[in-house]
Amino acid sequence: MNDKAKWDPQAVQGIIASLQHKPGALLPILHGIQNALGYIPPDSVPMIADAIQQTRAEVHGVITFYHHFRLTPPGRIKLEVCRAEACQARGSRDLEFHVKEKLGIDYHQTTLDREFSLEPVYCLGNCACGPTIRVDDDIIGRITPEKFDLLVDELTTTALEIR
Amino acid sequence: MSHKIFIPRDTTTLALGGERVVTAVLKEAQARKLDIEIVRNGSRGISWLEPLIEVETATGRVAYGPVEPHDIAALFDTGFLNGNASHRLSLGDPEEIPYLKKQQRLTFARAGVIDPVSIEDYKAHGGFKGLDKSLTLTGQDIVDEVKASGLRGRGGAAFPTGIKWQTVHDCSADQKYIVCNADEGDSGTFADRLVMEADPLMLIEGMIISGLAVGATQGYIYLRSEYPVAHQVMNEAIANAYASGYLGGDIQGSGKAFNLEVRLGAAAYICGEETSLLESLEGKRGLVRFKPPLPAIEGLFGKPTVVNNVLSLAAVPFIMDKGSKAYADCGMGRSRGTLPFQLAGNLKQGGLVELAFGPTLRELIDDFGGGTESGLPMRAIQVGGPLGAYLPESQWDTPLDYEAFSAIGAVLGHGGIVVFDESVDMTEQARFSMEFCVAESCGKCTPCRIGSTRGVEVIDKIRSGNNVEANLALLDDLCETMIDGSLCAMGSMTPIPVKSAFQYFSEDIALANASSSVQAEAK
Ligand SMILES: Cc1cc2nc3c(=O)[nH]c(=O)nc-3n(C[C@H](O)[C@H](O)[C@H](O)COP(=O)(O)O)c2cc1C
Ligand code: SF4
Ligand code: FES
Repeated sequence: MNDKAKWDPQAVQGIIASLQHKPGALLPILHGIQNALGYIPPDSVPMIADAIQQTRAEVHGVITFYHHFRLTPPGRIKLEVCRAEACQARGSRDLEFHVKEKLGIDYHQTTLDREFSLEPVYCLGNCACGPTIRVDDDIIGRITPEKFDLLVDELTTTALEIR
Repeated sequence: MSHKIFIPRDTTTLALGGERVVTAVLKEAQARKLDIEIVRNGSRGISWLEPLIEVETATGRVAYGPVEPHDIAALFDTGFLNGNASHRLSLGDPEEIPYLKKQQRLTFARAGVIDPVSIEDYKAHGGFKGLDKSLTLTGQDIVDEVKASGLRGRGGAAFPTGIKWQTVHDCSADQKYIVCNADEGDSGTFADRLVMEADPLMLIEGMIISGLAVGATQGYIYLRSEYPVAHQVMNEAIANAYASGYLGGDIQGSGKAFNLEVRLGAAAYICGEETSLLESLEGKRGLVRFKPPLPAIEGLFGKPTVVNNVLSLAAVPFIMDKGSKAYADCGMGRSRGTLPFQLAGNLKQGGLVELAFGPTLRELIDDFGGGTESGLPMRAIQVGGPLGAYLPESQWDTPLDYEAFSAIGAVLGHGGIVVFDESVDMTEQARFSMEFCVAESCGKCTPCRIGSTRGVEVIDKIRSGNNVEANLALLDDLCETMIDGSLCAMGSMTPIPVKSAFQYFSEDIALANASSSVQAEAK
């Protein structure tokens, strides 16, 4: 399991307190929590709502409006595949198919071993050198199915070394 | 003496292994006991040659690319540190690379040349001159200069920037805002990202000048979360601008104030639409607002607000430094200045090409594109992002200018050009446009929210040969409803790519039908 996924009300309260003074603080708060924990624990919604004097429904509505925010813990590695036009023109449709098959999951799902969460993304700004994927904060271009397999091997082997 | 080596830190360079090149250079230099200094510049935008590294020599800079980690030892062996040109990756003087030499770089003149976050480097290359001049002028003087330049918003709608600023200037309010739209959600566009990664201080300077012009003291850059590198570089540049007194309560001792903060979006295409962006900045769902009131009058937190694209704001330092005439002298008709065209998709030589308005699409692709990556003939070109038309070859001679494009029912938008080869199935592209609208609609209007879902279904029927004629008519109806009944361009322009795909590439319907009946038989 992802260590980050442990839900810690104290930490969340700290993040909220450090950001709530900002005008329009909700997005910065949500980013802060998700950066620290990997997701936004549903139990933190009332705490956020309290701090910025909005209803829980409003906060929940914001979280679910944006593709980036999630209410469930992600896998250890967050993988995004660009499915926008410029990458399509360079073979991303085949890549998408391959990635899903290799990981055995569809978009918005996490592998059973909780190693990978897969999300679609619409353009990473690397449109001249696609197909492009994002692995956490690393963006990788000119990905082929073969290169993707190597990458997955690399990512999963390092994981074993760390443990 | 220490050798200076430039290795970009922009997204594309990193995406192609730039960090491993840095490691290899460091390792090799250490093994050879050579004293080197690595500058992490931005990219010059010649994406297809990245990682492109440059060394400083007594006679100027020399470029090598595309460099892979395993090339490094040989590069050292052949004396690349002294600019030796014998290595096969040697490109000579970077400014003489034809791809770059043929461009007219106003906005991107410093891109890839300087260390993007260094105030000294920026100033040494003409930075802050526009601001210095602006600090001696009244707000109205600045607004007048921008008006005279003919600058039109580069975010897609092409609204005159000076007129927008005038509106905000003329409002009286206790607080005004400058909001930079750095959402760059269109596929095939990366010019905003390049500004932020290669020359972020130019954007900062443009925003400060905009603040001086309209009397705003607070700026926000609304940056999409898909750009982690730009986020990092932008924040470093802002911190340096504060440290050197260009941002804060007393800009260069002028008594004038401007504060600036980057705010991250959270992956929602619609948040590029300016009112939706403001909602998002206020911490809400990114629902599009009805206009009027215009954001210029009631914008962020209900206050007068300039919302401008990155490129619009980034053009301002040049205009204020060199004068509106120097800018307006480039271009054609009512499209003044330069536009950074972004060549993307299935091309060998994708990258950023800054030129005055006016060349035709075909000239641009022929002069710079280098043919398709796949080697297959080109078939369709989508211009202006996911809401832009797919153009067949018969339209590639259209000049790249706002009016000429609108005359053929297309849009220039943010200047993104995505090339497809003949393997493309255009009914599939049309389907994707509807699917994208399903995923990204803000949900406020029914034609956009529900119509796009119906659009996907109807296209699926057409693709599988189900009542093709009747469903094509239905699709046409649906598109008209979306055009007429949508509050913003998401819903009203999604029909543009859809209709163009069916209109100009109708032979693909039969192909899709045939392949679906083959599949059905195989089952
Ligand atoms: C659906 C939609 C998406 C948009 N996305 C962007 C964007 O990513 N960046 C941008 O600058 N403008 C975008 N725009 C245009 C903005 O609404 C607005 O016109 C622009 O930010 C104004 O700045 P400018 O005058 O400098 O172009 C979008 C508009 C629509 C309708
Ligand atoms: S057209 Fe679509 S995106 Fe635009 S306001 Fe209506 S529902 Fe929202
Ligand atoms: S379309 Fe994939 S990175 Fe832009």
